[in-house]
Amino acid sequence: MPGKGAPEGGALIHLSISQVGAALALVALAAAISFWQKADLERDIGIATVRSFVQLTAIGYAIKLIFDADTLWLVFALLAVMVVFGALTARSRAKRVPGAFWPLLIALAAAGATTLGLVVALGVFEATPRYLVPVGGMVIGNAMTASAVALNRLGDEIAESRARIEATLSLGATGEEATRPFVRRALRSGMITLIDSTKTTGLIFFPGTMVGMLLAGASPTDAVRLQLILLYALLGSVSIAALTATGLAYSNFFTKAHQLRDLDAVPNA
Amino acid sequence: MLFELRDVSLVRGGRRVLDSVEAEIPAGATAIVGPSGAGKSTLLRLLNRLADPDEGTIAYRGLALDSYDPLALRREVSLVPQLPALLEGTVASNLAYAAGLARRDVDAERCLRLAGLDPGFAGRDVSELSVGEQQRAMLARALVQEPAVLLLDEPTSALDHAARDAIEATLVRLREQLEISLVLVSHDPEQARRLGEWVVRIEAGRVAEQGALAEVLG
Repeated sequence: MPGKGAPEGGALIHLSISQVGAALALVALAAAISFWQKADLERDIGIATVRSFVQLTAIGYAIKLIFDADTLWLVFALLAVMVVFGALTARSRAKRVPGAFWPLLIALAAAGATTLGLVVALGVFEATPRYLVPVGGMVIGNAMTASAVALNRLGDEIAESRARIEATLSLGATGEEATRPFVRRALRSGMITLIDSTKTTGLIFFPGTMVGMLLAGASPTDAVRLQLILLYALLGSVSIAALTATGLAYSNFFTKAHQLRDLDAVPNA
Repeated sequence: MLFELRDVSLVRGGRRVLDSVEAEIPAGATAIVGPSGAGKSTLLRLLNRLADPDEGTIAYRGLALDSYDPLALRREVSLVPQLPALLEGTVASNLAYAAGLARRDVDAERCLRLAGLDPGFAGRDVSELSVGEQQRAMLARALVQEPAVLLLDEPTSALDHAARDAIEATLVRLREQLEISLVLVSHDPEQARRLGEWVVRIEAGRVAEQGALAEVLG
């Protein structure tokens, strides 16, 4: 058992598939609660369990392949795939934003490239697959969530504030000027979740990386330091992603003549 | 001629909101009248280029509307919407915002007086104003930009008789003092009689009749 025989000095732990299977007892408990309370989530819990197993197993083999090959090109290819799928996923949550895919794609790529570039340039991590793959995945995942939340909010705000935006346009304001307060609020929405969780980290919950390192036998000092590095990197990446996504997407609401488009007539992409 | 509309059509949501509209709007005070849903407000939005027609052409002072810079056009041909839609903040900050867009110095006191509001309203938060006061603040905000034409979409529809009379008196005074042209949308023929010199009557997206007030509304 990893708890009893936890190795010391930073050695890795090894888990068997039967230990993963045992953890399914808690999934069964979640399904039982859903069934008991008629929450109608059993099917979703089942899908989530199967998908997480398949996806994580697949990415595990992909990462092993990349680590074994030890080449940065494969790292970039994997991160590029993550950026594309992240943009597609975020687009589905930003249904009221016309043409959301390209702003999201650029936002995730910019967040990933800038954040990874900076942590490597500042000497925080080495430019090797062992660092770039997991950190890149976290950066792009958080950037996706932040930009999806920001664009979802932007779409809702603009749809609900058409009268005020058109009244401002009718004074001769540009689309950018007319939507500035809404873009600001959307940007804030995209960033606030991570900021709040960063404020409470260590007090209310232990973040995943720190927990993982402690379970793997790392010293608490190292676990905390790595977690802090990641939290700070993620703060940077979500701000870049939310800023880029909102900054590019707002203009899709307007024609070249600064007319607010009829959103019902505009496809999502 | 201030505006000339030739064969203007517009489709929204699969419905032909405007259908081959042929209209002329001279300088002065024009009332666009007709029943609800006839396309009056849509027509007004086209004059300010908040939307463009799907077919046909619109000219302003003899030149195609889309040959003007849309932002400059909207400052010259200012639209006051049916429902007040002020920005968050004070009346003064709304006036300053409009002045900033037009790169003008704001004379808030003068504009508030022209719109029939006491200058003391400048410091009031817009959320504290009645609908009638907000409508006047919208008017004052438009006047900050010193427009040549005011497009007014049912400016008194949400007001009681006393407030309506006061706004109408303000509009008459604006015509006299500033020589601004007014294009007023109203479902009320009596209001058209009180304010209009020229009348365009629209029914089901088409111009049913147009001409001098006496010819159309007798």
